[in-house]
Amino acid sequence: MKYGVILFNTTTSVMQAEKILLKADFVIKLIPTPREFSADCGISIRFDLDRNAQIKALLEKEKANYEAIHPLVVNGV
Amino acid sequence: MIIVVLVIDIIFFNRLIKTKSNGVKMIYLDNAATSWPKLPEVLKAITEVMEQAGGNPGRSGHRFSVAAARVVYECREKVTEFFNISDPKRVIFTANATQAINLVLRGILKPGDHVVTSSMEHNAVMRPLRFLEKQGIVIKIAQCAADGTLDVSEIAKLIDNKTRLVVISLASNVTGTILPVAEVTPVAHQFGALVLADAAQAAGAIPIDLRQNGVDFLAFTGHKELLGPTGIGGLIISQNVDARTITPLMFGGTGSRSDSEEQPEDMPDKFESGTANMIGIAGLRAALGWINQRGLAAIGEHNKELTMMLLEGLANINGVKIYGTPNAGNSLAIVSFTIKGKKVSEVGFRLDDEFEIMARVGLHCAPAAHRTIGSFPEGTVRFSPGIFTTTENVKQTLKAVQKVTRS
Repeated sequence: MKYGVILFNTTTSVMQAEKILLKADFVIKLIPTPREFSADCGISIRFDLDRNAQIKALLEKEKANYEAIHPLVVNGV
Repeated sequence: MIIVVLVIDIIFFNRLIKTKSNGVKMIYLDNAATSWPKLPEVLKAITEVMEQAGGNPGRSGHRFSVAAARVVYECREKVTEFFNISDPKRVIFTANATQAINLVLRGILKPGDHVVTSSMEHNAVMRPLRFLEKQGIVIKIAQCAADGTLDVSEIAKLIDNKTRLVVISLASNVTGTILPVAEVTPVAHQFGALVLADAAQAAGAIPIDLRQNGVDFLAFTGHKELLGPTGIGGLIISQNVDARTITPLMFGGTGSRSDSEEQPEDMPDKFESGTANMIGIAGLRAALGWINQRGLAAIGEHNKELTMMLLEGLANINGVKIYGTPNAGNSLAIVSFTIKGKKVSEVGFRLDDEFEIMARVGLHCAPAAHRTIGSFPEGTVRFSPGIFTTTENVKQTLKAVQKVTRS
């Protein structure tokens, strides 16, 4: 599966973004931040990579604070 | 769901009944110290968070940690709405208003800075200021009138280009007098000074709108008029303040930027080191929900009615002297008084011992305020009814005071 992972600096920002994305009916999952990316915040938001553009646009529009979005490939799940 | 709520209500009600002894129902008039009883909704929220969101918020990625983080965020949002600000990241949870006030005073003041405050302040403001005074901070105190009110010109004349901060209580914990913070703020801003408002007593009792009063910092506590548990409070830092210029009171783990040994600058983490008070935050969230549902206008009306009754009733008792504004319109539900020829400690003890009425006597951690109203060093007897106080409670209290004055 190809996912996107949104990284944040604070848990508060994760919660804010989660709320925004759920309100817009995106299918997301809160996951422990994959170690290969960053140690900034323990929680990240994972989503299907094909929604990357829409999610990015919404987060920008709502002025949600996030650090970066990275693709994440999970094999055999 | 309804059954659960009903059962909790019944348990709660039984607990109140059990407070009866000698056929007299006790009367709690010390809500300005801490509100009682706590709402069933608050007790339920505390139990629920321990059972169903038992993780450390933001420290792990598992479901309990995430559930706890959601509770914290929802409370942050509720506080944001309650004080009419836009950014939940500007809400810093602290243990109480005292910690929030200390965070600002010790976080921004440097030797040589001038601070202007009022003569009605609580020791939560006065003690850190006196400590900082020894390190070279200059304190200027605006004199309030003997009824506790503050003429804006008294404070305005002390504010100048050297003023770094104006610290002012939104309402006095001794007399309940509301101070004109919204009128002081533009004067402070005109000279480039910041304003810290102490809302310990006022939050939950009167509407506080940061866009309207323009304060830069608001310190509040969750357990008084906000009806939450003890041990939770907060500081709001307005968008006008550059948070990078504030030194945190505490440094430590935040669950964020864990690769660094330096304190992060991100809000609110910069000022929230250490594990959050989940019990307090869950309780406060529930309490704010209840207050929003009831409405501050209805709460204000209830308080006003009881305060009027107390003021009028006490004024008609021979030997009683009332302090502060004899006007429930410009005051919180706080009434301070003394009885001629009786020590306040004796009055407090007799009210509790003979009538099961709980009041707070003495100086209420506010020697400056008592000096202002002329009751230092003896202090006063303070009645502070709350949302659960009834007119019947007030009638019984007035009868009790009458009996105490006579013997």
